[in-house]
Amino acid sequence: MYAFIARRLLLAIPTLLIISLFVFSLQKLLPGDPVLVMAGEERDPAVIEALREKYHLNDPVPMQYLAWLGNALQGDLGISLRTNQPVLSLIAEKLPVTLQLAVMSMTFALLLGIPMGILAAVKKNTAIDYLASVLALSGLSVPNFWLGIMLILLVSVQLGWLPASGYQPFFVDPLLSLKTMLMPSFVLGNALAASMMRHTRSSMIGVLSSDYIRTARAKGLAERSVILSHALRNAVLPIVTLSALLFGELLAGAVLTEQIFTIPGFGKLIVDAVFTRDYAVVQGVVLCTAFGFITMNLIADVLYVLLNPRMRASL
Amino acid sequence: MKKAGLLATFLTGALFAAPAFAADLKIGLAEDPDMLDPAQSRTFVGRIVYTAMCDKLVDVTPNLEIVPQLATEWAWSDGDKVLTMKLRPGVKFHDGTAMDAEAVVATIKRNQTMPESRRKSEVASIASVEATGPLEVKFTLKQPDATLLAQLSDRAGMIVSPKAAAELGANFSSKPVCAGPFEFVERVQQDRIVLKKFADYWNKDNIHFDKVTYLPIVDATVRLANLRAGDLDMIERMSPTDAAVVKKDAKLGLAQVVNLGFLSIYVNVGHGPRADTPMGKDKRVRQAFSLAIDREALNQIVYEGTAPAGNQPVAPTSPWYNAKIPVPARDVAKAKALLKAAGHDRLEIEMLVSNSPIVVQMMEAVQAMVAEAGFDVKLKTMEFATLLNEETAGNFQMARTDWSGRVDPDGNIHQFVTCKGGLNEVKYCNPKVDELLNAARASVDLKVRKEKYDAAAAILDDDLPYIYLAHQSWLWGFDKKVTGFVPSPDGMIRLTGMAKAN
Amino acid sequence: MSAIDTPETAISSPTNRAWRKLKAHKGAVVGLCIVGFFTLLALAAPLLPIPDPNATSWTAIRKAPSLLHPLGTDELGRDILARMIWGARASLSAGFFSVTLAVSIGVPLGILSGYFGKWFDILVSRVTEAFLAMPFLITAIALAAFLGPSLINSMIAIALSALPIFVRLTRGQVLAVKTEEYVEGARSIGLGPVAIMVRYIFPNVLPPILVQATLTVATAIIAEASLSFLGLGQQPPAASWGSMLNVAKNFLVQAPWMAVWPGSAIFLVVIGFNLLGDGLRDALDPRSA
Repeated sequence: MYAFIARRLLLAIPTLLIISLFVFSLQKLLPGDPVLVMAGEERDPAVIEALREKYHLNDPVPMQYLAWLGNALQGDLGISLRTNQPVLSLIAEKLPVTLQLAVMSMTFALLLGIPMGILAAVKKNTAIDYLASVLALSGLSVPNFWLGIMLILLVSVQLGWLPASGYQPFFVDPLLSLKTMLMPSFVLGNALAASMMRHTRSSMIGVLSSDYIRTARAKGLAERSVILSHALRNAVLPIVTLSALLFGELLAGAVLTEQIFTIPGFGKLIVDAVFTRDYAVVQGVVLCTAFGFITMNLIADVLYVLLNPRMRASL
Repeated sequence: MKKAGLLATFLTGALFAAPAFAADLKIGLAEDPDMLDPAQSRTFVGRIVYTAMCDKLVDVTPNLEIVPQLATEWAWSDGDKVLTMKLRPGVKFHDGTAMDAEAVVATIKRNQTMPESRRKSEVASIASVEATGPLEVKFTLKQPDATLLAQLSDRAGMIVSPKAAAELGANFSSKPVCAGPFEFVERVQQDRIVLKKFADYWNKDNIHFDKVTYLPIVDATVRLANLRAGDLDMIERMSPTDAAVVKKDAKLGLAQVVNLGFLSIYVNVGHGPRADTPMGKDKRVRQAFSLAIDREALNQIVYEGTAPAGNQPVAPTSPWYNAKIPVPARDVAKAKALLKAAGHDRLEIEMLVSNSPIVVQMMEAVQAMVAEAGFDVKLKTMEFATLLNEETAGNFQMARTDWSGRVDPDGNIHQFVTCKGGLNEVKYCNPKVDELLNAARASVDLKVRKEKYDAAAAILDDDLPYIYLAHQSWLWGFDKKVTGFVPSPDGMIRLTGMAKAN
Repeated sequence: MSAIDTPETAISSPTNRAWRKLKAHKGAVVGLCIVGFFTLLALAAPLLPIPDPNATSWTAIRKAPSLLHPLGTDELGRDILARMIWGARASLSAGFFSVTLAVSIGVPLGILSGYFGKWFDILVSRVTEAFLAMPFLITAIALAAFLGPSLINSMIAIALSALPIFVRLTRGQVLAVKTEEYVEGARSIGLGPVAIMVRYIFPNVLPPILVQATLTVATAIIAEASLSFLGLGQQPPAASWGSMLNVAKNFLVQAPWMAVWPGSAIFLVVIGFNLLGDGLRDALDPRSA
């Protein structure tokens, strides 16, 4: 198992390299010139030329990539063309915010989605099942901006219970930090809970009708223990895959929710960077999220084996 | 300068400052500023922060008069080619060093020569600048430049500490040091910019806040919700449809003023092969298009009456507006006749539109209006960087583009329509217009300048390389506890004299 | 598994039985009705007695629902009912076709990568990771620049972004099924990989894929709007539910109905597809009665 993890982490290096090359090339192919955006409304030709020189944008694209790569290998991800801040410090600034939002949203998604999914599967094709599905799917279909703004108007403007927006660092004031993140993580988690619920339901239905569950029931095991220890363990596979992907996506940032609750996370950072063609920032954030996805997929694969040791052979 | 109607409705509370209380002010911004270096920054929103942090040589009043700030008086000489300024004594930068003639010279030179400077074109007319005394600076110009004072009332005239500028170089934005009422504390990108009161500010008695925090909140609805929830004291650039919500709320005040910019449609008349359309080649087609638009309806439908109709680079309320060419009323019959005269019954045309919802809404309305006169407009939405790219490459037939506006009318006209103008993406070229606008730039006599601009406006209204649509308003919402805010067409929030009651 | 003992009926009978089971499934019938209703509406749009969806009216800006405009009017005074019906075309096809495309590429890739493993799995998995890490915005702007605006191009973009999740879900499922005794058994009696994949692997992969596909319909309908916004999808004034919702965002307080109708339509369609998916799953499951 350790060898497997080590091998996969080693594989991450070429993967990251290829991703960085891919993203870099694609960015260079995009219409739009960072310098045109950065030069200001006047777009003074002298300014444009000076900026091109300064950021080496006149060099051939392969040279630009190699220069970026060389610096990146030494731990320097370049500076933001938009604000002059080092990309690494930008990432360090946003990562805790994004992580906190991701963890809290995922918690909501799992806590809401899995119990609802189990309930729906056990009560398959009854009113409870349909109600659970409708409820979960409403979370998916209600746009985040709508739910977010409605919550702000109700909870913050009308009732004054929670701060409308902003971010408070967790280690400065944990309680306040959790309070400000409550609404945004609920909005995000609520949408993800739909996927969790539906997959849990479907997977549980499959497992509950399988032979070994029938055997377990026949042996006279309590229904609760049949469902929670036998069935869930076997049904959880797609949920593991899905959670890993969804968590990875959360790490890549949730721009609409961040925007509505004014949370300075990765989502807003990367969208602004793409729109202003701030390529160093895009590169940095993409590397970071790529690493996130690689790690999450690795964790998923490891969990497969822990849940079903027979799968070890196939990895 | 006559400036009667430039201010639209004020709904500010008491205009005199309330008793000073120790107070924090929180302002919601519509965007996150770029780098906080007056020489390098390019965004409008950044200037709002500078207004609190960096004093300028001169300031502008809401009526666009140039008034003293760091310079107390000035005079033109040598055929308007020399500008001599006397500086305010006893002014200190946030780092404690003295703001004197040497600092002004260093800042202007920094703006002119730093490779990363975005101010180069704004100070291009200055041939040399020298300290003629500890508190006296002499600017010698290459040619007379009536726009210079207006430039010095903005970022080009913000004097920065030479010590800090030398130490930080292009990285000045990491800890900007100016001579304004508030000094820089910290910035978290996309989250907040915090400033605190500068104890040695020359006008500190009129500053009634200890701390100012700027919070970029992009979503207009959320910005307003934060104001209503009491998390913010003031917000800028409200959406026009939200104005009604603020008016209904007894705790909130609304301030608005027509801004200096314009909303317009670029018509490619000479930029590459895409100009080769009936729209680009025949001014009658452009005139027909313009006449088919109901500008007042656009103002009412899209902007709730906050963006008065326009047909020139300056708003009808501006002293520089040519009143002899009023905003045309919609005339579909005449538009059809003009189109017919140009040899077309129906005409298909593509228009690039930036992807802001309000802009798309406005252009969908225009699309419906001109359809009745025979134009089949295909709208193509794109994000800003792509749009900019297409425009500079001449890859458009028509494009909807806005200008944020400048204090001096030259900034709204010259670079767009002169043959070699830096922003002349439509590649309009008319030697007569060049002559008029260059002459207007070279004179400091307001009457002479007005005549030249009027004459140019008449030609442009006939040729129509740009179809002007409207002039937006700045809209601010604020808690009524905040007093003393004066809306200004430049969109800035001047904190001097403002206060917040407990 | 019954298919093994009775090979001669394997082709016709399960399909018939599945269809019978589907018809008896209450949820599935409701789902089919909902999806069918919106599909019919979309197809019949030109025949219905509704106003021109793009006809503006300056005197009817953002009017609440009334007899004249049963669902109200939008920010340019256009009839929301007409725009909903015409918008169903873009939204349903975005939802349906992009998901179909993603499934038909993602599922085979996932099966192959899970079944064969080794270098093929490594290759597919790493490419999937690259796809996941690629910001959707960049892909969309790039496609908009190279392909230009059209509904089909936006469906391709949506399918590309939905692809990785289908690959990963399928692959995970295959890895588990592969270790089951009956697959080992099939291999030992000499069945080839294609037969094993079609007969044993695919039916086990189907349930999570059906669930994911019916969920992705919602995301696809909403994503279509953001793509039009970037110049990739269909362009204004053409209506789609997603873009109506996008515009409504700025009028949540002033004209709530602008968000309610497209939001509810998306909700209903998603419910419809999900119920249908559940029914299909039950109908195709040989174990359930």
